[in-house]
Amino acid sequence: MNTNPLTNSEIILPSVSYRLKEGMRKNWYKFSRNKLSVIGLGIVLAVVLTAVFAPLLSPYPLHAEKFVDYQNANLPPSGHYFFGTDVFGRDIVTRIFFSLRGALVMAILVLSISVPVGVFLGLVAGYFKGHWIETVIMRVTDIFLAVPPLLLALAIAAVLEPNLTNAMIAVTIMWWPWYTRLVYGMASSFKNEYFVIGAELIGASKGHILFREILPNCLSPIFTKMALDVGWVILIGASLSFVGLGEQPPTPALGQMVADGSRYMPDSWWMTIFPSLAIVIIILGFNLLGDGVRDMLAKGEKGNE
Amino acid sequence: MKLRSYIFKRLLLSLFVLIGLSMVIFVISRVVPGDPARMALGPRAPQFAVEAMRQDMHLDKPLVAQYLYWVKGVAVWDLGESLTTRRPVTKDVQDFLPATLELALVAAFLVVTLSILFGTLAARYRDKWIDTLVRVFSYTGVAVPSFVLAVLFLLLFGYIWPVIPVLGRLSPHVLPPPTITGLITVDSLLSGNLTAFWDALKHLIVPAFALAMGPLFQEARIVRTAMTDNMGKDYLAAAKGYGIPNRVIMTKYLLKPSLIPAVSVMGLDIASLMSNAFLVEVIFNWPGISRYGMNAMLRKDLNSISAVIIIFGLIFVIVNILVDFVVAYLDPRIRLGGKT
Repeated sequence: MNTNPLTNSEIILPSVSYRLKEGMRKNWYKFSRNKLSVIGLGIVLAVVLTAVFAPLLSPYPLHAEKFVDYQNANLPPSGHYFFGTDVFGRDIVTRIFFSLRGALVMAILVLSISVPVGVFLGLVAGYFKGHWIETVIMRVTDIFLAVPPLLLALAIAAVLEPNLTNAMIAVTIMWWPWYTRLVYGMASSFKNEYFVIGAELIGASKGHILFREILPNCLSPIFTKMALDVGWVILIGASLSFVGLGEQPPTPALGQMVADGSRYMPDSWWMTIFPSLAIVIIILGFNLLGDGVRDMLAKGEKGNE
Repeated sequence: MKLRSYIFKRLLLSLFVLIGLSMVIFVISRVVPGDPARMALGPRAPQFAVEAMRQDMHLDKPLVAQYLYWVKGVAVWDLGESLTTRRPVTKDVQDFLPATLELALVAAFLVVTLSILFGTLAARYRDKWIDTLVRVFSYTGVAVPSFVLAVLFLLLFGYIWPVIPVLGRLSPHVLPPPTITGLITVDSLLSGNLTAFWDALKHLIVPAFALAMGPLFQEARIVRTAMTDNMGKDYLAAAKGYGIPNRVIMTKYLLKPSLIPAVSVMGLDIASLMSNAFLVEVIFNWPGISRYGMNAMLRKDLNSISAVIIIFGLIFVIVNILVDFVVAYLDPRIRLGGKT
């Protein structure tokens, strides 16, 4: 592919929009060959739209916050309450819809901070391989990778006040090393490629080499990992809120709903089962989408998938 | 010897990781939350008591000195006193860790054996029902968090179809065996108490499966992909040409190199298994270190939190060293110091 989009677009200016369209068509063809990816995309779109338009779509928007209606508490699924109501008489559908917001915001914020940081450190460490900079960055990365991510996120979130912001901080702190390691591996191998050596020879600046030569070649694995990671961040977020370290009630969160519901388990099964299913479907959707993105960005044909 | 220098390098790296980890934990437990002495004593404690505690905890010294004091404590296995149980943290850890280890070991055993079994079967009977089964489960397995699976298992085996006990480590009517290792299954075998062994095993199965399910089919898929990739290689055609029986080819020539990618991932998976135990233990009422750590986290018991993280980090580092050695054993390129 073109390593330097700017110069290319200057040369063939008239056909740029055509080429773009053609590229999108090709990508869509590669993406949609696997039906599962399309299903994943559908799920993700549905989740995002539901989250954005939650106040319009949910049957009882008031139930997303502090609300008590003991007359209708503990109702099983019915025509009025599709997924039943919880112990305060709040509609489960509404609370699931609104909890998607926190989950998505968390995924977006965590990735939009940890990915640039991780990628930058990985680029620098990979390019300065053998230099002390590499040693420092990669050993620090090793340390963060030496603890299970969920555990350290739990610990950080536990020391801070329990709320959504601190849960996001905790997960962000845990997330960048994975990108550093991913980019480090690629950058340290590109470092000896001719296009980098060539750029060095004509006196290109370090910034140019890192961001205009090496980075564009690392992008597709990064995007693939990001697409898959959205599901993982949502999962970790749900785990944190499951133990009470995420979004605090009365604001709903999926993990928190599962935890609260599991106390009334055998009789009021709908309080637990529906939020659990929501978690499973969301993560499944993002994983399928991520697989599709990987197939789309993969160069050449894949082996035997 | 190449292998010896490889091992040495690996151990040195782990030492660095542990030192770094101790710094991270120190920062989390001492610097982030403000005044640990005030937190330990609570908001109503008089100022002079807090001052005395500060001196006691060396909080009046510079940060580097504090860190060294803390490391000295860790080195002699003194992690301070738990603020929730009012006992030395190390005592608590000794009491609670074996239950978690037992659970994690059984889950890890399930992951390793079943993933190799299913992976091999899926590769052997490619595009048959078992292959499809592994694929479907590997897709859904990633998407189902272990705590959701645990809740579902609890509903299924606890209420709908109670064929197997799901809560706790032993049934109330079974006498626990004397504590030797702390692992009830091992202890009951050592003391010849088969009833307790069988009961403990039954209690282990459901939580262990809740933990193992996700990674199990991931690994099976990796094994399957590696095996189908290797199946087309020339050396296997040559082996077949020599007339080596299919069974020997499958196990000796195909399985061994195909396990390398799966084993490398297994280290990470077994680690995440330990941290998922955090959530699963809560659901199954399992009296392990995770539940202890969880209580500590909810009550901001910093000494206990840092102890739990240190232990998990240590286990993680050890597992990864073991995994590297297994990979080195499986892969002669690493063992003999060639290019990988």
